[in-house]
Amino acid sequence: MATPEMRAVYAETLIELAEKNPDIVILEADLMKATGTGVFKEKFPDRAINVGVAESNMLSVAGGLSAEGKIPFAATFGCFAARRALDQFFISCAYAKLNVKLVGTDPGVSAAFNGGTHMPFEDLAIMRAVPQIDIVEPSDPVSLKALVKKLAERKNSAYLRLHRKALEPIYDASEQFEIGKAKLLKNGNDICIVALGGLMVRESLRAHAMLAEFGIDAAVVDALSLKPFDRETIALAMQGKKLVVTAENHQINGALGSAVAEIIAEQGGPRLVRVGINDEFGEVGTEAYLLERFKLRGEDIVQRIREVLKK
Amino acid sequence: MTSEEKKHLEDAACDIRILTIDAIGNLGVGHIGGAMSIVEVLTVLYMKHLRHDPKQPRWDGRDRLVLSKGHAGPALYSTLAYRGFFPKDMLYTLNRGGTNLPSHCDRNRTPGIDMTTGSLGQGLSAASGIALALRMNKNNAKVFAIIGDGESNEGQVWEAAMFAAQQKLDSLIAFTDYNKMQIDGMTHEINDLGDIEGKWKSFGWHVLRVNGHDVEAIDNAITEAKQHTGKPTMIILDTIKGKGASFCEGSLGSHNMTFDAAKAAEAIAKLKEAR
Ligand SMILES: Cc1ncc(C[n+]2csc(CCOP(=O)(O)OP(=O)(O)O)c2C)c(N)n1
Ligand SMILES: [Mg+2]
Repeated sequence: MATPEMRAVYAETLIELAEKNPDIVILEADLMKATGTGVFKEKFPDRAINVGVAESNMLSVAGGLSAEGKIPFAATFGCFAARRALDQFFISCAYAKLNVKLVGTDPGVSAAFNGGTHMPFEDLAIMRAVPQIDIVEPSDPVSLKALVKKLAERKNSAYLRLHRKALEPIYDASEQFEIGKAKLLKNGNDICIVALGGLMVRESLRAHAMLAEFGIDAAVVDALSLKPFDRETIALAMQGKKLVVTAENHQINGALGSAVAEIIAEQGGPRLVRVGINDEFGEVGTEAYLLERFKLRGEDIVQRIREVLKK
Repeated sequence: MTSEEKKHLEDAACDIRILTIDAIGNLGVGHIGGAMSIVEVLTVLYMKHLRHDPKQPRWDGRDRLVLSKGHAGPALYSTLAYRGFFPKDMLYTLNRGGTNLPSHCDRNRTPGIDMTTGSLGQGLSAASGIALALRMNKNNAKVFAIIGDGESNEGQVWEAAMFAAQQKLDSLIAFTDYNKMQIDGMTHEINDLGDIEGKWKSFGWHVLRVNGHDVEAIDNAITEAKQHTGKPTMIILDTIKGKGASFCEGSLGSHNMTFDAAKAAEAIAKLKEAR
């Protein structure tokens, strides 16, 4: 597979779903160009609703659509999805036990030139506190396609954290995915890296290769879902390791790092190092600059590990 | 307004437009459309009405400005540089790692920026809060706010509309940059603002409407608004998205577009020729 834009995969998957299921509808808040769902609108003009720059309205409208049996996929930048429309998503969708798939694009540093106001480092932590929803962050085009389909099958509300730029496939086209299931990408005996999202899974795979040069054999897990969280796979991958490292394009508090810390605190496990944003706001720059600025690169992961292991 | 004064303001607007195109072109991508449409109002404000001191950006006696459509920051940065808040060279740091000129306005980074914006819909509320505090503090400074027409889709804009009228915030003078476009299309095709003057009037505002590229008309409107008491004022500016940037004037694609230094130079040459 060539390197497709994740948003193109998102849109094409929705078209596939919509061809089979007349209840699939999409909602946009004046960011259809960014989300890349114009192709959906061309095919299904009556099932693509652009509410304008009005995220709160969008989520309660989505709740209403869902109350009558529609399956809305409502998208905006992750910052506005999780912050501006939170109460509407919480009450009109989740608490009302309706079926709205909220899509937050441009996770963390991928917001790049849009800068700090647009850089969600907190969306997952916020969403994790909403009861009974699914939270997924696919890491490549294959997992994205599969997980969007799985979300559409489920009857509860969900938050999809969508990287919209191009990402090379990590998985074979035939790989099977489930909501709430992680994937072991690399076996390893010494330590275990649990990563979430396209950028951090890639940086963790780079770290895996660099660590080998220092004689450190690292397992790598792609968490994929934050809710439900695959405690089983992750606990198994951590078993007997000297160290577990979480890697997320997000605050280290409240999302992946916390979810793994909870497992360790509740059922035991190795020492934990959390790689991610340490209580800072985002800022403007290229993605490459920001990865370095916030110490999210493979190199940074390696350094943290070597510091702890004194290797 | 004398014809000399008018020419002076038009030249300033031309210079500010050129600085903005140059800065975004130097980076290669940015919100050029919505920056171009507010150049005249920024010019008239900073050349004539807005009390300010570039040497003391936080001077208590200054008039405040909230650029609620924060993505147009680059036009305001050029205006501030033009007025001497910081060197013009700094405009080339726009959006580069570690910059103090981020794509969206940030009060903690840029001298002369009074409020952080970028999440649309919040600025008019913040400007109302500033106006309220100034009144409490017996400070007679004016508060200016610029909102977008697409931004006016946000419910919070209308919450602020009710609030500011209820509080009789007559030191608040807001502008709607009515360029008739947002990201995904024409504003009337997404959420039609319809009778925009009637809407603001019915919310209890004093409403004026002028050509947003006519410096004299803007000047007259601001002068009138400053004298009006008992109500906040909304000045609707009829504008053109991308105005003056020849490669994108009037186009939907101008919202956030890539263009290189050569394109920028071409547009700048045309502006110089026409002046
Ligand atoms: C709350 C929020 N939602 C979405 C966006 C993304 N966004 C940036 S500009 C824009 C369109 C704004 O249109 P308008 O106010 O008309 O701006 P202008 O035409 O003056 O550039 C959108 C949707 C945002 N910045 N904030
Ligand atoms: Mg507009």
